[in-house]
Amino acid sequence: MNAKAIVVTSGKGGVGKTTTTANVGAALAKLGEKVCVIDTDVGLRNLDVVMGLEGRVVFDLIDVFEGRCKLRQALIRDKRVDTLYLLAASQTKDKSSLSESRMQETVRLLLEEEGFDRVVIDSPAGIETGFQTAASAATGALVVVNPEVSSVRDADRIIGLLESREIPEVRLIVNRLRPAMVRRGDMLEVDDVLEILGVKLIGIVPEDEAILISTNIGNPASLEQGTAKTSASQAFRDIARRIRDEEVPYLVIDERRGFFSGLRKLFGGA
Amino acid sequence: MFGWFQKRRSKESLKERLKLVLSYDRAKLTPGKMEELKGELLGVIAKYFPSEAADYDVRFEQHGDRMVLMANLPLKDQKKKPTSRR
Repeated sequence: MNAKAIVVTSGKGGVGKTTTTANVGAALAKLGEKVCVIDTDVGLRNLDVVMGLEGRVVFDLIDVFEGRCKLRQALIRDKRVDTLYLLAASQTKDKSSLSESRMQETVRLLLEEEGFDRVVIDSPAGIETGFQTAASAATGALVVVNPEVSSVRDADRIIGLLESREIPEVRLIVNRLRPAMVRRGDMLEVDDVLEILGVKLIGIVPEDEAILISTNIGNPASLEQGTAKTSASQAFRDIARRIRDEEVPYLVIDERRGFFSGLRKLFGGA
Repeated sequence: MFGWFQKRRSKESLKERLKLVLSYDRAKLTPGKMEELKGELLGVIAKYFPSEAADYDVRFEQHGDRMVLMANLPLKDQKKKPTSRR
């Protein structure tokens, strides 16, 4: 992806936006990029706890917007990967200073003045101001979708809104896929979702208990070493590499049954 | 004996439902409005072809990037005529 500012969005809540932001951001940083992840879910901030940085938040996005601190003062450096930074959302209810121009200016400063290679913006759920503000600064989007009815419908809506904003690179992450259910015919396959939504794929992430466990301790799973090839953390690392235009084959969860092999042929390296 | 046939795989039903609901969403039309449109359309057709049965099919279809409103209105008594008059 050419986009240096990428919004992670979904429409529906609870499909894995924040987890994706934390893991893809961390994986990109691990690959050597200087990355800033921004939480724009004002009033319901969570990226800080998912990343285990909640104890270090002093200033937040709204402080930056309202001029109470310098941008650099609000950047929290991750201790595990030193090119990874967090800009936390505020917990206040007041969203009046959220504005598209302030968001755009903040992202511009990060990329042009602070030397960041990539900014990953965690959007709030919904299609209101929060989402619009998050999307306004982005030139690329990762749409996170779960293979179930309400998530796919909301993703379709979000894709329409991203297209009307003329965001050039919109990519789909199918998250929480359960291979056993797909094999039984009780869950949409990845190519069903692609057929319905008509967007380019960039990642397939299986449902994985390890994600909840790593979130419990505030350590992004993608930073862990030696995880299984079929794990969600590996899938997030693969997404980071595809963002950097590397050709990475898609996960083959069950080669014998071959339900991923067709996909691999279709999208391998694409 | 036919249980296996009757118990459809749930994802097929989900896929159909999603395609239908998204076609309404994308066209910004509710199913109720669609029925209204269908009713009015049939009224117009009946005015010109009073003897026709109402086995008409009106729905949205996705043609590549475009939504198309498809109206399939077979004309019962026109079968043998050389040219169709649609």
